[in-house]
Amino acid sequence: MTATLTPPTSPLDSLTPEQIESFGEEMDAIRRRVLGERGESDAAYIRSVIRVQRGLEIGGRALLWAGVLPPAWLAGTAALSLSKILDNMEIGHNVMHGQYDWMNDPKLSGEQFEWDTACPADQWRHSHNYMHHTHTNIVGKDRDIGYGILRMSEDQPWSPYYLGNPLWAALLATFFQYGVALHDLEVENRPSGDADRAEKRELAKGIWGKVRRQTVRDYVLYPALSGPLFVFPLAGNATANLARNLWAFTIIFCGHFPEGTHEFSEEETGDETRGQWYYRQVLGSANLSGGPLFHILAGNLSFQIEHHLFPDLPANRYAEISVEVQEACERYGVPYNVGPLHSQFGSVVAKILRLALPESPRRLGGIVKKVALGLKP
Amino acid sequence: MSPQLARPGLRLLNAIAGPHGIDGYLEQIDPLLVTGECRAEVAAVQRGTEDSVTLTLRPNRAWRGFRAGQFVQVAVEIDGARHQRCYSPASQEGRRRELEITVKRHPEGLVSNFLADRAEPGMVLGLTPAEGDFRLPQPLRASILLIGGGSGITPLMAILRTLFAQGYDGPVALLHYAPDPARAIYRAELERLAAQRPGFRLLRSYTRAPGAGELDGHFGPLHLPQSGPCFAEAETFACGPPPLLDAVRGTWANGLERRLHVESFVPPDLAPVGEPGEGAIRFAASGVEAPNSGASLLEQAENAGIPAAFGCRMGICHTCTRRKLAGTHRNLITGETSSEPDEEIQLCVSTALGDLTLAL
Repeated sequence: MTATLTPPTSPLDSLTPEQIESFGEEMDAIRRRVLGERGESDAAYIRSVIRVQRGLEIGGRALLWAGVLPPAWLAGTAALSLSKILDNMEIGHNVMHGQYDWMNDPKLSGEQFEWDTACPADQWRHSHNYMHHTHTNIVGKDRDIGYGILRMSEDQPWSPYYLGNPLWAALLATFFQYGVALHDLEVENRPSGDADRAEKRELAKGIWGKVRRQTVRDYVLYPALSGPLFVFPLAGNATANLARNLWAFTIIFCGHFPEGTHEFSEEETGDETRGQWYYRQVLGSANLSGGPLFHILAGNLSFQIEHHLFPDLPANRYAEISVEVQEACERYGVPYNVGPLHSQFGSVVAKILRLALPESPRRLGGIVKKVALGLKP
Repeated sequence: MSPQLARPGLRLLNAIAGPHGIDGYLEQIDPLLVTGECRAEVAAVQRGTEDSVTLTLRPNRAWRGFRAGQFVQVAVEIDGARHQRCYSPASQEGRRRELEITVKRHPEGLVSNFLADRAEPGMVLGLTPAEGDFRLPQPLRASILLIGGGSGITPLMAILRTLFAQGYDGPVALLHYAPDPARAIYRAELERLAAQRPGFRLLRSYTRAPGAGELDGHFGPLHLPQSGPCFAEAETFACGPPPLLDAVRGTWANGLERRLHVESFVPPDLAPVGEPGEGAIRFAASGVEAPNSGASLLEQAENAGIPAAFGCRMGICHTCTRRKLAGTHRNLITGETSSEPDEEIQLCVSTALGDLTLAL
């Protein structure tokens, strides 16, 4: 097989510029309509989610205090896992996007909210709201493509390090909250000067402060409240953190990496119009189908396409918006990527495995030969 | 428990509670239990005149009290969004668990109409700590003159009630301006006080009902001699709409200003709205003021040399979201305008219509 010499046509070119602009205007119209409708019911919704989360957290911690009884430990761990998932996904992530800024409630302000995870909220706002949402799926700019440690796109050049892709992915999933916490630090990039080094030092200080507070709370203070039975809340808290890590990783990796989502180069997205920006968000995102409870636990990131089109609209609106967006996509012939969790995540896993190897089997053959001969690959 | 004792305990509790603090859990039980935010429950509602409502509030433990004449910001949630307005408590100072505010309807006023129509016992309102220099000096001077128009009577009511509660027996006069007796806030109580207190002179002018009060017409220097012989010596407090205060300032222009205290509130709905490129942008935290160029507020901050965090510059990421303290802005993407004070706005996609103040 020979490599194609002509560059593949960009998926961004499959609509005419006029079509893209008119698609963008339709998206703007949806946005304006929802902005006009926002009100009491959205406020009541997010407050009810917070109420459930706080209840689950208190209930879970109380049960873990009596965690020496196995049913109490199991129920407490389950409740605390759900609490952390709701706190991070449906509440924290969405509030920090400014989805509820219009309520003017300091407790729901995107600027002031802090969440129950290792990543400091202010750093998250930069790495996620700005870097990821503005430069979605642009290889080289969007660090959510592989979090700086995985190969998630053919456009990332292969190296032998990526043979470990499945292992790195499993480690990232297990310690996801720390992976996210280190995100803004860009540890894989060497500091480019003194200013950069000082900036990184500040970021690292922020991360350390938050990690310390979280660790002391989950692994020292709460276990201490149980005295000699400290091991039960300790194990429950660790399990809840792990459950949240695995769930968040699964949902988030289904957002942009299932088969059929596109990545882009800096060149093709250099001078974008608003319509092109909208179009790129749809091409680079994928949805998950499921019931209402699934969507809430997924923080409505199961409507990744709608979330990327309208990151600051209240997430409880995505379900109704998705009907209109899907209909518009059909009319314009824009691919709308949606599937159930098992098939979308299956295709993500397949991609992680496939991209561990180079595209050209000859290259791999060469490495195998070198390793066999005892040379440095 | 005294606040001093509570503090170390509170810190430990907050460390255990984690990122949401104990308030994040306490408010789920009762919104008034929060320790870090002033809130108050409406205890009683009295619709004293056809266009006003008087609310008796029970503040929570975070409330630190006020001095007679000062104002507070009251936050009300309407259709999911919190709106904040300034009101001067009318109650006597020193009562920690009681606060009274009287809200007068403004024809266009979102908050005043909401409270006049919908306030009921049990409703929870937000409060800010009391502010303002419009308050009684200590020690008190020999005589006191109060001039109030419309809802401007409320801080004067606090002053009167506080004076009498403290046993002040010097001469006090109140010039009270209202459209007619039916719309004169606190009329019955004032008449009762005037009957009980020989040192208190109450002079009313009903601007739309000539002959109904002791005086007639709008405030003018000719109203002063009737308030007592020594008004020029008196500590004077005036509060009301801008035309009344302009007339008062004009009268006190000749060296007597030292003893004149004025307070003016213009409800935001009535504040003048300018055009893009008119007026000035004030950056409150930096103490910088620059003419409004009509560009986005982010660009204007940058041009004024004020460091402002930003990200996408297209209204997506909210990195540049900052608090607007006053003024009217237009969202360049939605075209919506808002004159709401104390509101978070996205600087990169907002432009100012006339004067605007940012907390930057």
